[in-house]
Amino acid sequence: MTTAAPIEVEAPREVEDFEHDRPWIVIVWNDPINLMSYVTLVFQKLFGYSKAKATQLMLQVHNEGKAVVSTGTREKAEHDVARLHAHGLWATMRQD
Amino acid sequence: MFERGEGGGVELRLSREERSLLAGVVAELRALLEGAPADPSLRRLFPPAYDEAEDEQGYRELMGGELLGGRLAALELVTQTLDQEWLSAEQADAWLRALNDLRLVLGTRLDVREDTFAEQLRQDDPRAPALAVYAYLSWMQEQLIEALSS
Repeated sequence: MTTAAPIEVEAPREVEDFEHDRPWIVIVWNDPINLMSYVTLVFQKLFGYSKAKATQLMLQVHNEGKAVVSTGTREKAEHDVARLHAHGLWATMRQD
Repeated sequence: MFERGEGGGVELRLSREERSLLAGVVAELRALLEGAPADPSLRRLFPPAYDEAEDEQGYRELMGGELLGGRLAALELVTQTLDQEWLSAEQADAWLRALNDLRLVLGTRLDVREDTFAEQLRQDDPRAPALAVYAYLSWMQEQLIEALSS
């Protein structure tokens, strides 16, 4: 993931705004219990991803240990993490 | 066991023994969630959202009750619908989440790893009976997913 660098930083306030604007990412981590088919179904259901996209993300979690499944404001990320937690997935969030 | 029906619902075909086994494990998890929510075997149900302790505490305060309530509601719904022969789409979704929670807790207790089922389990392994229940619940969840995805 990359973020655009500010062209000009003149005042601390703008730095703060920039910090605030950096998106949050939601990460799902691999675990030995959740079924691959279940993880795929949850990605489809929660994020409206196609079967192909959900499967690709699930495989990334499985093979690489983790995958970024959504990004956005802190509020959106927290909402997504809570929905993933409600479905028993191991999800965390951090600012990109 | 599960067969896709109209309107996103599923037909439910379970033997009396299967319903009885499910009723037992569901009641056990409900009792644990209500009586000992800090039990270590429940930790996979409530993973942290944030790295920072302060952020995490805020998340717990905001979402903890809702996450616990949702889990209890799904388990309660499974208990209520155990004797039915038909599950609505909403009920099937609650079954799916409840089966997953049961596996998460049992799997945590048994310390299930990626390779746990790769080799034949010895019959005298003290975990054998619980692992059999775990494997059964896994198979059941897979059947339900298949029905819901068809």
